[in-house]
Amino acid sequence: MQCPKCRAPMHTFNRSGVQIEQCSGCRGIFLDYGELEHIAQLEANWAPQAAAPPPPAPPQQPYPPAGGPAWGAPQHGHHHGGHHYPRRKKGGMSGLFFSS
Amino acid sequence: MSEAAEAAALAAALTGDEPVVLADRPDGTVVRIGDAVVKAHGEDTDVAALAARVRAAAHPALAGVLLPPLPPLPPGTVSLLHDGRPATVWPYGAPVDPEAVPWEAAGALLARLHAVPPAVPGPLPPAGGPARAARALARLRAARLPSARAAVRDAAARILATPVPVRSVALCHGDFHLGQLVRYPADGGVWRLIDVDDLGIGDPAWDLARPAAWFAAGLLPAEDWHRLLHAYQTAAGTGGEDPWPALDGPARVLTAQCAARALVRAAATGRPPEPEDEALFISCLRIAALP
Repeated sequence: MQCPKCRAPMHTFNRSGVQIEQCSGCRGIFLDYGELEHIAQLEANWAPQAAAPPPPAPPQQPYPPAGGPAWGAPQHGHHHGGHHYPRRKKGGMSGLFFSS
Repeated sequence: MSEAAEAAALAAALTGDEPVVLADRPDGTVVRIGDAVVKAHGEDTDVAALAARVRAAAHPALAGVLLPPLPPLPPGTVSLLHDGRPATVWPYGAPVDPEAVPWEAAGALLARLHAVPPAVPGPLPPAGGPARAARALARLRAARLPSARAAVRDAAARILATPVPVRSVALCHGDFHLGQLVRYPADGGVWRLIDVDDLGIGDPAWDLARPAAWFAAGLLPAEDWHRLLHAYQTAAGTGGEDPWPALDGPARVLTAQCAARALVRAAATGRPPEPEDEALFISCLRIAALP
């Protein structure tokens, strides 16, 4: 879709199950109907946990978490959260097969 | 006679098989004839540098890592086509199936390449990564882009113009991506690296920067990235170390370089960028927004 403000294309992200569109031009964020409420609800559910004792250590992973850069895509922030994102559909890697 | 036809004729003379064009781009034409592949290199190729790179591919220290050039041409021999473009001849290897990427083999091959003492295969020019980035910046600056792309263009240009400190020096591929792996012999052989056009001395982190950029953009699943990284670090003896202090700079450049290429291509063809390109654009904006 196109950004309603600057007309640049918007890119879809999935954060904690909420679809958000971010504009590649002005970086504005577009939320569908109900998504703001969904985020508010997630926030409300999260707040009590903050006061609770720290969660147990994450289970052992096959590889040590190697992190990512400070500018990595949003899903990297959830590395330890046990939240699994679906694998990208094929096509997301086609540019990895050519020189640039 | 076109470069592709001339390259085909050269290979046909060697093998007697029917030619198939594998790639025909301004920077190189690749034709397969039977078990031989001929590459007609770009017209601005430095022939002496290419000859040094082909000799390195034939060096015993790189056996099993780089695909060696095909006899009967002596190693390092570069044929010249009628227009002066150099041509090289290689055995045919089977490319990567995108559904079954050999991440472990890729990581181990790059680690083995980087472990070869740079002076062993003979004097080599600098690896081509930084020069590729400079060319991408020049093309980006020369392109006429729609104003809606100004933010991405400025971000990519700024990243590409930012010098990246060299943290270590090794023998590098110079343009590693998944199209640079072939299985040789084609049926059941082992994976090798191909395309020596950018082979040379440089910071080895650049060879991991393309997949690192795809991972950071959210395009390469973390599982695949960790398979590559784990294999690389295991073979290099650096398991458990944080790779990002070394990767950060080159991965930013490759992000911006691929974004720049997509912007220029979209402007030239009039077709909108792919969703994959949009993810790289967003990465550029995230980098530009860093304090």
